[in-house]
Amino acid sequence: MNSATYEHPLAKHIRPSAKSTANCPGCGNGILAQAILQAIEDLGLSLDDFLFVSGIGCAAWIPSPSFYADVLHTTHGRPIAFATGLKVALPHKRVMVISGDGDLTAIGGNHLIHAARRNIAMTVVCVNNGIYGMTGGQVAPTTPLGLRTVTTPFGNPENPFDICELVKGAGASFIARWTTYQPRQIVKTMKKAIQKNGFAFVEVWSQCPVEFGRKTGMGNSVQMMEHYKQNSVTIARAQTMKPEELKGKIVVGEFLDIEKPELIETLAAVRAKAMAA
Amino acid sequence: MSNRAVLTGRHFMQGNIATAEGALAAGCRFAAGYPITPASEVAERLAERLPVVGGTFLQLEDELASISAVIGASWGGLKAMTVTSGPGISLMLENIGFAVGTETPCVIVNVMRGGPTTGIPSVELQGDVIQARRGSHGDYQIIALAPSSVQELFDDTVEAFNLAERFRTPVFVLSDAFLGHMREEVVIPEPERISIADRKRFPKGVDVESLPGFLDEDVAPMPVFGEGHKAHVTSSCHDAYGRRNVVDAKALDFFIRKLNDKIEKHKDEIVKVAADAEGAEVVLVSYGSILRSAQATVEAGRGLGLKLGWFKLGTLWPFPDKEIAALAGRAKHLLVLENNLGQMFHYVQAAAAGRAPVSFLPPRVLGEMHEIEDVLAAVKGVRP
Repeated sequence: MNSATYEHPLAKHIRPSAKSTANCPGCGNGILAQAILQAIEDLGLSLDDFLFVSGIGCAAWIPSPSFYADVLHTTHGRPIAFATGLKVALPHKRVMVISGDGDLTAIGGNHLIHAARRNIAMTVVCVNNGIYGMTGGQVAPTTPLGLRTVTTPFGNPENPFDICELVKGAGASFIARWTTYQPRQIVKTMKKAIQKNGFAFVEVWSQCPVEFGRKTGMGNSVQMMEHYKQNSVTIARAQTMKPEELKGKIVVGEFLDIEKPELIETLAAVRAKAMAA
Repeated sequence: MSNRAVLTGRHFMQGNIATAEGALAAGCRFAAGYPITPASEVAERLAERLPVVGGTFLQLEDELASISAVIGASWGGLKAMTVTSGPGISLMLENIGFAVGTETPCVIVNVMRGGPTTGIPSVELQGDVIQARRGSHGDYQIIALAPSSVQELFDDTVEAFNLAERFRTPVFVLSDAFLGHMREEVVIPEPERISIADRKRFPKGVDVESLPGFLDEDVAPMPVFGEGHKAHVTSSCHDAYGRRNVVDAKALDFFIRKLNDKIEKHKDEIVKVAADAEGAEVVLVSYGSILRSAQATVEAGRGLGLKLGWFKLGTLWPFPDKEIAALAGRAKHLLVLENNLGQMFHYVQAAAAGRAPVSFLPPRVLGEMHEIEDVLAAVKGVRP
């Protein structure tokens, strides 16, 4: 193949003026970006069917400015709240929020749980790298207990979130978790999440070799993906394991896929009721 | 409840209700808010009325979510607003700056109450007027209107939406606890007699990078989402096509100046003042609910033979500096009345620039209206 004429099959989804990426070499964002675009492609959808919303942090750079679609790059912690207004205004568009664990569960945690409770139809992709990457490797609500970061130089004294359990308790209707070591599974799950008429939450553990691996001692990109490979445990297998065996494991798979009243539909019902009164 | 968006007719109406009706008449179809005294009736009315006209009201988890959803809805093509009081504005300020930076039309109603901090929810204070101007970080311009009656709450809310659409910017309506809870006559015109402005939109299907959609001092057409523009909207420093640039100080200079000039260059279209100060020696300069104390004092003072006048700052931001300078050239003394310890006063003093002396009078008790006798005593004290 002539490399000069070769074009990546998903390149048409990349904004022509986006010539470079803000992501570091070895970052997991590229794997996830490809998985998202592949899922859209597999479903036969156009990027014009989507509205992408991102917050602040490295994960926000997955759609912004690269995805050749309407993209709203918002403030730290608020993408789900911005997306809520967008979805109400354009209910026939598919809304996807792509952001990081710090953005979605720390500064934006309130919006995450309330959007899950409302069960508003949107896909929220949480890129969980376990750290604040963009600002230089500070501890996050997802950093494992005891891990050394630049703001926990003596080890993290706090317990991390299980984000999937959090959004389950809050009321989401579709919940899944994978790591960047399972890109095919991400694509399969993403297709379901996109088609879900409800709040669909996909957590993806993603390696950050520069700010996580280097500073916590977890190693380089390959070592971190090797760690995902060694420690990922399917939901079915996890059910056969004792709590002590599950320590340090990453339970992956689709945790929940249920039907429940969805906000855009219940709002339409409210309008019909109000107009009839 | 009527299914009409515009409740044409004469009404005896609470200020907060008139505010909500002004929004509906202006074409508002999305509102989000969080309960707070003394603003809640606006949200309650919108919750009752918006679904009837095909719109949506959302009570969200906090004020941060409320302003964010409003901005999202505006990019989705709807006229959108939020309503709160001082503590809620404090929470919204970061994203009010986002709306400025991304040129998002939206309306923010602040029914001002007693502060600082949680203060007194049900007592009026004109404490947030400088906050409205400069509360969010960075250098920017904003539009803020200061109604003085229930009728003006209706009229100014319509006008706020028109200015927001015309200039693609957030616009404040600075109501307060007095006005919001006051009941007065309101005349709502026929829909065709209400002037309505709509944002200039990008031609459908046109790529956002083929035409400037941002940072035009004469206001660029808005690449509203869902119309095939493939718009990239970021509040970070960007160029006229929305392309982010965070490495070049010259790009920042362009970003700040264009946003600034968009308001500054069109000040004459925005600024609204009113006056009854012909031949007056002392002019009472005021705004909002306190203008009524000024007007009552002028009436009483003239009865006593005093050459008194009043001047209303209908627009607080951009500040009517030219109009104040002209007034200071005619009058012998300006006396600023505000329900605070002096906020707009400093701007009046700066604009008067020594053409006439400017003094300040707060009410005897902050949170109450000025007593006529106190204002008259102050007038006698400053009279040349």
